[in-house]
Amino acid sequence: MSNFITNLFRNNKKLTIDQLIVKKTIVSFFFLFLFFAGCIWGWKWLHRQPLDSNVSGAIRQPLRDVLNTNELIFNKIFSKNHLTKTYAASQAVKRARFNGNIGLGNNFDTATWKLYVIKRNGDTLALRLDDIRKLPKVDIIFNFKCIEGWNQITHWGGVRFSDFLKAYGLDDESQMKYVGLVTPDENYYVGIDMPSILHPQTILCYELNNRPLPMKEGYPLRLIIPVKYGIKHLKRIGTLYFSNNRPPDYWAERGYDYYAGL
Amino acid sequence: MKKIVKKHLLAIRWFHWINFPVLGVMIWSGLLIYWANDVYKVGFGDKTLIKFFPKSFYDAFHIPFRLAEGMAYHFVFMWLFFLNGILYVLYTIFSGEWRDLLPNKRSWKEAWLVLLHDLHIRKTKPLQGKYNAAQRIAYTAIIVMGIGSILTGLAIYKPIQLGWLTAIFGGYKMSRILHFALTIGYALFFVIHIVQVIIAGWNNFRAMVTGFEVKKVVEEVVQIETLPAPDNIIPGEVEPE
Repeated sequence: MSNFITNLFRNNKKLTIDQLIVKKTIVSFFFLFLFFAGCIWGWKWLHRQPLDSNVSGAIRQPLRDVLNTNELIFNKIFSKNHLTKTYAASQAVKRARFNGNIGLGNNFDTATWKLYVIKRNGDTLALRLDDIRKLPKVDIIFNFKCIEGWNQITHWGGVRFSDFLKAYGLDDESQMKYVGLVTPDENYYVGIDMPSILHPQTILCYELNNRPLPMKEGYPLRLIIPVKYGIKHLKRIGTLYFSNNRPPDYWAERGYDYYAGL
Repeated sequence: MKKIVKKHLLAIRWFHWINFPVLGVMIWSGLLIYWANDVYKVGFGDKTLIKFFPKSFYDAFHIPFRLAEGMAYHFVFMWLFFLNGILYVLYTIFSGEWRDLLPNKRSWKEAWLVLLHDLHIRKTKPLQGKYNAAQRIAYTAIIVMGIGSILTGLAIYKPIQLGWLTAIFGGYKMSRILHFALTIGYALFFVIHIVQVIIAGWNNFRAMVTGFEVKKVVEEVVQIETLPAPDNIIPGEVEPE
């Protein structure tokens, strides 16, 4: 054994071929062992890092940092000219898949609903559904993509978000970095980067299959934003505001990518 | 007499061993993601042969309800998978190693002979260079699969910004199916790879770690025909008698 260890440090030229084979084998396997030990150490290090939020489902901060970096990288290929494929109305499903009721509180009073838009200077616009319906209507029939992995061709109608901003003199606000949306019961909230919300296919939506939105799809008004996963298509908008910082985001707090862009 | 014969270059060995845990994390995190919409199965008509995946499988690996976590790992480790893969491909090109790895005209016929031999149907050993014909095809196919995983992955990741790519793979749904099928392909490759490595034995396995194989050589008998002429003798080394 001691002989064998001294051989490890002896000049190769002084070793027999068998000793040399053993020596080279040991050295190489030692490095392979170090590599795997390093992998395990790295994995453990990652799981010692702080979580990125206090909510159950939060992820380790280094993972979040990479997700945010991915956003910067893939933002370079984002263009408002990249449109999602659209379909004929006949291709859309008759019943849209219902996948979540967070934010659709039971005590919702349709009669008193208003869309509150908080302007940059702190003023608040209170709009009725008719104030939105009177703007030019657009239909969008596209493949809705859920972050869970399913997708469905659905038919929505409403007002282009960029048209809405112009109609209500929110040009100043559109220079800011993010839009935040919150449900009337404040249980669901999303934040969306300005380029995505200004995408021509993003709409303030009040119709599904040419009829008013069903309650469970967010009556009276929801967001449809094809360049994002479904988690960002907030149902039943109560308040809409603008910010240069990231508005809180329900699912991002639970470990999902904040950007969630397609 | 034994001889140390160089086989695998150091860089190739590193690429190989780095890929092992990285691909492991990619497959594991991919399963966490897939679980959230686990719709794939193999069968015909109403008959299901294989369901991806049975509950027992999910439970054994603690897969359920970890979608967000899975996505986070997947979109972090994708960079390592991509970088390691691209460096490997570039390295094989610039080192000339591709000559041993790419299948050539004879490979398709020879690979068949390798298969027959491995299944003990044919006795004659097939030609074995650094890699035999079947290995050339397998190791090239796995790189094509890797490129396929990256491209179908991008097609699912950015189906609007990279809509042209998603269209090439036949749309969003098809891209997801292909991305999944490739992963099943890795699992099958892994099983066959391990079996082949075990069959090939220690010398072959060691070469992937150390870089060399040990070959037995027949000792050559060297006959000295003439004695060196006196002026060839370096003074001091050989003393004239």
